[in-house]
Amino acid sequence: MADQTLPIAGALDLTPIHHRPRPLVEWLHDWVITVDHKRLGILYIVYSLFFLLVAGVEAICIRIQLAVPNNHFLPPEVFNRFFTMHGTTMVFLVGMPILFGFANYLVPLMIGARDMAFPRLNAFSFWLTAFGGILLYYSFIGGFGLYGMGNAPDVGWFAYAPLTEKPFSVGHPVDYWALALILSGFGTLGTAINIIATTLSMRCRGMTLLRMPLFVWLMLVVSGMTLVTITPLTAAQVMLLIDRYLGGHFFDAQAGGSAVIWAHFFWIFGHPEVYILVLPAFAIENEIVPVFARKAIFGYPAMVAASVGIAFVSMGVWAHHMFTIGMTSVSNTFFVLSTMLVSIPTGIKIFNWLATLWGGKIRFTVPMLFAIAFLFQFLIAGLTGIMLAVAPWDWQLHNSYFLIAHFHYVLVGAIVMNIFAGIYYWYPKATGRMLNETLGKWHFWIFVIGFHITFDTMHFVGFLGMPRQIYTYEPDRGWGHLNMIISIGGFIQAIAVLIFAWNLIYSYRKGKAAGNDPWDAWTLEWSTPSPPPVYNFAADPVVNSRRPLWDLKHPEDPDWKYEA
Amino acid sequence: MLSLIIGECGIFTIFVVAYIYYIGKDLSGPTPQQVLDIPIFNTVCLLSSSVTIWLAERQIDRGKMKSFAALWGLTIALGIIFIVGTGFEWHKLIFQDGLTIRTNLFGTTFYSLVGLHATHVVVGLIGLILILLFTLTGHVNETHSERIQVWALYWHFVDAVWIVVFTVVYIVGR
Repeated sequence: MADQTLPIAGALDLTPIHHRPRPLVEWLHDWVITVDHKRLGILYIVYSLFFLLVAGVEAICIRIQLAVPNNHFLPPEVFNRFFTMHGTTMVFLVGMPILFGFANYLVPLMIGARDMAFPRLNAFSFWLTAFGGILLYYSFIGGFGLYGMGNAPDVGWFAYAPLTEKPFSVGHPVDYWALALILSGFGTLGTAINIIATTLSMRCRGMTLLRMPLFVWLMLVVSGMTLVTITPLTAAQVMLLIDRYLGGHFFDAQAGGSAVIWAHFFWIFGHPEVYILVLPAFAIENEIVPVFARKAIFGYPAMVAASVGIAFVSMGVWAHHMFTIGMTSVSNTFFVLSTMLVSIPTGIKIFNWLATLWGGKIRFTVPMLFAIAFLFQFLIAGLTGIMLAVAPWDWQLHNSYFLIAHFHYVLVGAIVMNIFAGIYYWYPKATGRMLNETLGKWHFWIFVIGFHITFDTMHFVGFLGMPRQIYTYEPDRGWGHLNMIISIGGFIQAIAVLIFAWNLIYSYRKGKAAGNDPWDAWTLEWSTPSPPPVYNFAADPVVNSRRPLWDLKHPEDPDWKYEA
Repeated sequence: MLSLIIGECGIFTIFVVAYIYYIGKDLSGPTPQQVLDIPIFNTVCLLSSSVTIWLAERQIDRGKMKSFAALWGLTIALGIIFIVGTGFEWHKLIFQDGLTIRTNLFGTTFYSLVGLHATHVVVGLIGLILILLFTLTGHVNETHSERIQVWALYWHFVDAVWIVVFTVVYIVGR
């Protein structure tokens, strides 16, 4: 080496930093102070997987309580706290952080950037979110301690007024709920701003907006939606706190306030929130389906347009959660029609995925299995969605287990399935090791079977008239057997999730090495080593088409020849 | 910053909607007609601060730091006049008219909406004052023009929201 300037050989320790044995404290310190988008992405994902387990335990407790009539496995107060916390946790501490975790990890890699636009804002947002989650769970031990489960919120995840007002909710459960969500809301807002800035200003050379991977497009749309949907929730929660602490009358019917307006404000947030959660699932689907069908995605521009369409339409459908609240028939009709409108862009998406699969050379790996299960389950979820969108049908089944079955089909059958798919797909990139395929297939089949046992059956108890959020029921209602089946399905899913957790740990130690590009994929993140170095790309990538790695691997037949 | 402003618009929209929804739904007084005076002087001050900050942006683009600092200072002064004016208005409402946040719906929505806006003015002022301090100590020059413009954008937003709040509270609501 010509530029060797060290005076004495061996005077400096030249082993790369990550090979040196390091004390645990220093390792932890590195993770806490990190501003690297990849590490923050992993932190987000680990954080939400932890809460996924917690919320899962809550769900299992709820299911044990409901498995047989007249059960007293949980005290009624604890039951209320558990279903509230299960919903709140899954939406705010699992769904959103894990999807932002994926976005954090993948968006800069996919657009060929070194990091997010504002790395420190990124770290700040994560820690805000994390603190929000911890505050929410502190409520279990705050106040009167664990007896009766402390001050945990017990008002349902939508926290309808006037139940949340001071006279009806003494103590601090509602305050924990509102403050924790305001906090994590600000964290989410920061991340959303960051993702928008990153996609708009950090793309590498040649990466025009219409060459971005669909994943990035969808994350951009989701972030835009986040800006206008999380803020109404924050505003409504501030009003709630004003009511509770300063004696305001926003939702106080006795002083002329209105409880219905809380429902409006909540669902103005609440419905777009569903799309904030499901669009990232679409995003994962968009990356996985083409790679494992060995075909370019069908109808790229239509996919982009459909996503933006969903974003806009979803802002105008919120009151379909409120058909039974007593609106005028004009507004009922409006929300029936606007809700049905959503099915057009989602239908476009489903047909595009099917067209991508059509004639493809499909490889049935674990991520693809989950992605295909997603297609079926999302279709059914969409169909029950259209049923519930019809106001008279909704009057019959509102707040019954049919509704629960519908939205769990979306949240578990579509979103959680695709989160699993995404983890199986990108785990090799993040850790450098493949997840075990055999364990993965066990996980998939057990989970899918458990899922269908639980949630298919739930539709039927819904038809039989079982309302949501009830503590227990009499044996003569005839719901006993079905509820037992639902609970058994819940346990089967829990076993599958444990297999998954074991797979994550086992493969991290013993999994086979992944290499840069184990799936023979086409987007930029697969062109760097696994795990990617801190700087992501040694040289700034230049892109000529939507599938840069295809061009690289097939110089004789590159994509840019066919793209306008 | 544009994204942040879009988000902020969401928050304000909800508070404005609540205000409009509750206009005239009070079960007890005092009502807006009885107690609210139109704060024309305040409004003129706040809106003209948008003009002065725009002039200041132009000065920094040309590298004229002295006139930048002067115009920037003027903006701050106008903002402070607005806040003090709001303070006097609230003082009158609370001690003469007996209107507090717990009196009636008008009180709840009025103090929340105007208070939310005033909070934003205060945040804006803190930023403006910090920038003025950095300018006076010589840490700001024309290379920072873009960053200055970002904060100025926020200030314009705060002013623009006041137009909405003013229209809703003092014109429609009265």
